[in-house]
Amino acid sequence: MTDIKLQARNVDVYYGQKKAIDNVSIDIDNGLVTAFIGPSGCGKSTFLRSLNRMNDTIADARVTGEILLDGEDIYAASMDPVALRARVGMVFQKPNPFPKSIYENIAYGPRIHGLAQGKADMDVIVEKSLTQAGLWNEVKDRLNDPGTALSGGQQQRLCIARAVAVSPEVILMDEPCSALDPIATARIEELIDDLRQTYAIVIVTHSMQQAARVSQRTAFFHLGVMVEYGETSEIFTNPREARTKDYITGRYG
Amino acid sequence: MILSAVLLAVLALGLAGWTFARNKARLLYAGRGSMHSMPVYHGWHFALWIVLPGLLAWGVWSVAMPTLVNGSILADPAAAALPADDMQRAAILSEARAIAADPSVFAFDPLSARLADPIRVAEGKWGTIGALLVLICALAGGAHAWTRVRAGFPARTRVERVVMAVLLVVSLMAILTTVGIIGSLVFEAGLFFKDVSPLAFLTGTHWSPANAHGGDISANFGAVPLFWGTIYIGAIIAMFVAIPLGLMSAIYLTQYATRRVRGWFKPLLEILAGVPTVVYGYFAALTVAPKVRDFAAWIGMNNPSTESALAAGLVMGVMIIPFVSSMADDSLAAVPRSMSDGSLALGATRSETIKKVLLPAALPGIVAGVMLAISRAIGETMIVVMAAGASANLSANPFASMTTVTYQIVQMLTGDQEFNNPKTLSAFALGLVLFVVTLILNIIALRVVKRFREAYE
Ligand SMILES: Nc1ncnc2c1ncn2[C@@H]1O[C@H](COP(=O)(O)OP(=O)(O)O)[C@@H](O)[C@H]1O
Ligand SMILES: [Mg+2]
Repeated sequence: MTDIKLQARNVDVYYGQKKAIDNVSIDIDNGLVTAFIGPSGCGKSTFLRSLNRMNDTIADARVTGEILLDGEDIYAASMDPVALRARVGMVFQKPNPFPKSIYENIAYGPRIHGLAQGKADMDVIVEKSLTQAGLWNEVKDRLNDPGTALSGGQQQRLCIARAVAVSPEVILMDEPCSALDPIATARIEELIDDLRQTYAIVIVTHSMQQAARVSQRTAFFHLGVMVEYGETSEIFTNPREARTKDYITGRYG
Repeated sequence: MILSAVLLAVLALGLAGWTFARNKARLLYAGRGSMHSMPVYHGWHFALWIVLPGLLAWGVWSVAMPTLVNGSILADPAAAALPADDMQRAAILSEARAIAADPSVFAFDPLSARLADPIRVAEGKWGTIGALLVLICALAGGAHAWTRVRAGFPARTRVERVVMAVLLVVSLMAILTTVGIIGSLVFEAGLFFKDVSPLAFLTGTHWSPANAHGGDISANFGAVPLFWGTIYIGAIIAMFVAIPLGLMSAIYLTQYATRRVRGWFKPLLEILAGVPTVVYGYFAALTVAPKVRDFAAWIGMNNPSTESALAAGLVMGVMIIPFVSSMADDSLAAVPRSMSDGSLALGATRSETIKKVLLPAALPGIVAGVMLAISRAIGETMIVVMAAGASANLSANPFASMTTVTYQIVQMLTGDQEFNNPKTLSAFALGLVLFVVTLILNIIALRVVKRFREAYE
């Protein structure tokens, strides 16, 4: 019971007049990886973005319903979206390092939030974050190279390190491996499993194998509705809903 | 006279040829059902073969005829009386030509009245010969093409080739014009530098062409005060206005404005870019300059002039705002959304995101925009003519009257000057300097923009 990190209650998301998410309720637990699967365009990213209020940055997007982080409504007037996003970090589909050095990419968030007292402190944060993202050994000798000079997989791990650097409680990942090759993907999947000890992780993926490999809980979305949510092993071996079964068995995609 | 008539005749022939050839091709087409080219291409092919040789012959003849006519006249016994001096000769001949064209014209020189008749005869003779030549060329071309109106003939390919050639020639004309202008600029500047040493011109600090008499005039053509005035007004004062205002409005428009506000603001800014510079000029001279002078008096300057670098620079800055803001707007918009998303998702505020991620990422494009704006500002003439003044002051006082390169070019070329005097020629040297500087600024700016675009694909 105390392990629930995020709670969504009857959440609808609209783009202008168009309803993209219809009445979704879900509990997301600490210490677990929760995967969102479903055919593309079904609203996975939209729902994910409503969990850290990134939808606020889209002009005509509107969220109704309740989303609670540790029991606190994140859409309440008292909640500052900027502070919220420091607690609920996000990794995007396409690696998007800033056009700055590797070091500065990591230091960016801590500096904004005043997490480091002085350069030595910041060095510690940078090293710790890069280590957590499994990137330290590869880049420790070239922290001043531009982040954009890394390979795609390294860039994505840099983005994960960047998110980790502000010590969030939840990390949202929107198809983090869809632009990567299988080896880079495998590294990120290992990394996700390590990070789960420290953060609640929500990952959107279009690959069912990936969901099966990295997640403990899976939610299946279809046409803006959450069709089914449960233990990953249950969903993949014994789905309750016909639509889930059809999707899992590749009847449509 | 007859030459213009024959031109019309050639065009008419071309039109007729077009119809004939197309109809003939249609008949062929009807007979066989398949041909290399559609009938209309046969029409064009035939018409081009009539018109192009005709035009070519016409062009050649138009150039050659005056020489031929002159030759005939000088062979006339009446021409023996022509004076030896070239100028008088040309004057009489041109008067004679005018009388030949219109007998009611009064003859100042009796000789020209006597020459009018021979001219008329010669023009008639050579004109008729030319017209015949043109017609022969057109018909010969037509005859050549007529034999080609056959089923298998690739008329379409040939016509396409001509179209391409015509486009090539036209675009070459634009390029050649530019080359010609630059050539004349360089040539005239070269004449200037025969009298004035380039070093003295580029490094001298004393500009008083009006006093340039006698032996060594280099000392009167030190252009540094003009360069300074140009830079002070166009690149310093104007940019103090244009960079912050342009940049901030671009930031507001790309990052904060709703789509509706943007829809209103952008066209309004573009209107600013469309105001004729002369309007800015009198705005500067009549509205801003007196205020600047009053202000200067108020802060205790004695006897401030109405014309000031500040007045010109301020107004020029306003004029340049749309350039800076539209370039900054483009560069900010070119930064991928994923950049700002990445920053916002880390809990950065919008203004932190702009300051720390968007502006640095867009900086190359913004810098390039500023360079283009400067190159535009230093070439601007109307505002400085009306508000900056004529005195070549080498001063950092913004309330002082200052002059610029463009202003001096206008000064040197207006009024009744002889052409070959260093004073007039200095305009070309100044123009050359301005051209080179602007060119360099533009090249660098375009390079930077291109690099920047590549960075984000
Ligand atoms: N910024 C937007 N503006 C309007 N409609 C959007 C926007 N983003 C997504 N949508 C629409 O919302 C629906 C869900 O999209 P999305 O959440 O991206 O799906 P998924 O991530 O599952 O592929 C789609 O129909 C999409 O067209
Ligand atoms: Mg998506």
